[in-house]
Amino acid sequence: MEIRIRNVRKEFERYPALHGVSLDIHSGELIALLGPSGSGKTTLLRLIAGLEWPTEGSIFFGEDDASSMNVQERNIGFVFQSYALFKHMTVADNIGFGLRVRPRGARPPSAEIRRRASELLDLVQLSGLESRFPAQLSGGQRQRVALARALAIEPRVLLLDEPFGALDAKVRRELRQWLRELHDKTGHTTVFVTHDQEEALELADRVVVMSQGRIEQVGTPDEIYDRPNSPFVFSFIGETSELPASVADGRVSIDGQSVDIGVAGVADGAARLLMRPNGIDVVEERPGTIAGDVIAVRRSGGWRRVELLIGAGRHRVEVELPVDATQNLTGRLHILPRHWQLYPAVALSQASLGASLPATE
Amino acid sequence: MSSERRHRPVASATTESTPLRVTLIAVALVFFALFLLLPLLLVFTEALRAGLAGYVKAITEPDALAAIRLTLTVAAIAVPANMIFGIAAAWAIAKFDFKGKSFVITLIDLPFSVSPVISGLVYVLLFGAQGYFGPWLSAHNVEIIFALPGIVLATMFVTFPFVARELIPLMQQQGTGDEEAALSLGASGFKTFLYVTLPNAKWALLYGVLLCNARAMGEFGAVAVVSGKIRGVTNTMPLHVEILYNEYAFTAAFAVASLLALLALFTLAVKALLEWRYGDQLAASNGRH
Repeated sequence: MEIRIRNVRKEFERYPALHGVSLDIHSGELIALLGPSGSGKTTLLRLIAGLEWPTEGSIFFGEDDASSMNVQERNIGFVFQSYALFKHMTVADNIGFGLRVRPRGARPPSAEIRRRASELLDLVQLSGLESRFPAQLSGGQRQRVALARALAIEPRVLLLDEPFGALDAKVRRELRQWLRELHDKTGHTTVFVTHDQEEALELADRVVVMSQGRIEQVGTPDEIYDRPNSPFVFSFIGETSELPASVADGRVSIDGQSVDIGVAGVADGAARLLMRPNGIDVVEERPGTIAGDVIAVRRSGGWRRVELLIGAGRHRVEVELPVDATQNLTGRLHILPRHWQLYPAVALSQASLGASLPATE
Repeated sequence: MSSERRHRPVASATTESTPLRVTLIAVALVFFALFLLLPLLLVFTEALRAGLAGYVKAITEPDALAAIRLTLTVAAIAVPANMIFGIAAAWAIAKFDFKGKSFVITLIDLPFSVSPVISGLVYVLLFGAQGYFGPWLSAHNVEIIFALPGIVLATMFVTFPFVARELIPLMQQQGTGDEEAALSLGASGFKTFLYVTLPNAKWALLYGVLLCNARAMGEFGAVAVVSGKIRGVTNTMPLHVEILYNEYAFTAAFAVASLLALLALFTLAVKALLEWRYGDQLAASNGRH
């Protein structure tokens, strides 16, 4: 089901959590709300669920205005960060809860509820655990029971709050893949909240990057990773090195030395050049490259990491190279970014706060 | 084995020397025996001084039976009433945010800090013959003071905080996550309360009801003020014990007292059982009484 969010603003006791957010979620889509803590992503999810009410603005479920519906009427499946399984009920009773509490007329017979519960347990690959209690399950199993419980009511939309937040790295990766497969199989419109950029980029059809109660960028993982629209998105989405640059007459220069990269439509004046360690090449010395002094070389898994200090400002830049790279990694090195973004510089106070920058707005 | 033991350091850094330990334990035991065990034993020996037949006679005598009946009646009204109030108050305080919440919490504690005699006196001032509502009540033939309603009111006032005080910390600690989950699954507010909130708090509730009941049956001060101590009519068990004692009917007094002592022992036993079995769920509310 399609969800349209229109200019939603939310304040908690005069403390603003969301400033006028608008977003379209397409039917059948798996979408991630990504941001640091305090960015408003969980608030937005709870507003969609009806667990919070917007201070202003409206949310539409298809053609229906959800503003007039409470959480029960919205028919959403919500998976909580802490799972919120009912401790005193068995796994089967937890999953069947949403069906059992329906008013008499709409309630399926208890045999049907049992059948449905074990069907869902099959779906989440936990068959045979019907009579266990939540305390007898591992974290990953609880997570899947919570998901089965949410799916039991045949929700119009599935909402997950930090679904893998409390799990260890290995279980996380497994469940991530499994959730993607489950989504492809069931086709539910799914919104999940995460602060883990890797999780968002790997799992979602589209990623919504949020910061300080605003949406910074919405796009496919490729768009977000390859064309981040602000220094905030660039640095939040992956490892980042930054160099101050200046643009004049359609040329970029660093420390007064011209560099062979395009200006990407940035106006003349001060600018910020953002790069990733794996998006920088070590090249032969020639005009148009950036020169730096090697201060450390470290081995990191299958890669070698070179730390450079660049220019008079001694800005630190990290470069990732294959272990079998043949270059001499001592003394002075010349680099040229392959994957980079150039943004106009703004007042330092705002930049140092990591605030949203009007790169495209 | 023994050689191994000798090699282990006898005392850890926080262990005192042996003489000091023995002294401290002895002091504790003597106090325990003198002030707790001895009086309890005395109640039962004095009660049985005239033999089992005398004991049975003392507690089946009409005035004693009336006192037992009245105490049970009062508890049967006051405890469920306070249970309902306690659940409602704890639910409102733990699961919702509203203005004046801390004031309500303070108010719930009021009966703990007010002398029971004052609590009784308040009702006399309100409903007594010379009280605010006294003339109106007597004109309408309603008896509150020196009758069952007054005793129930005074008992309810004194036992007011027990259930709520037990539930509030536990329910606050549990938060609203489970309730939100139930609501998101389509459960109505009432079904959420019935199937999720209440089962989550049931052991703390039982514990609170138990303490409330013990206090309701044992309350003396507040009830003494409002009851008028009419034999066989408005005498509860604690009041009856006092009257018998003042009349030098020691055996009878101790016989009735032993029933109250048995009730206390039973309450303690169930309390210990609950703590042993469901200690983790009660942990939030322990250390308050």
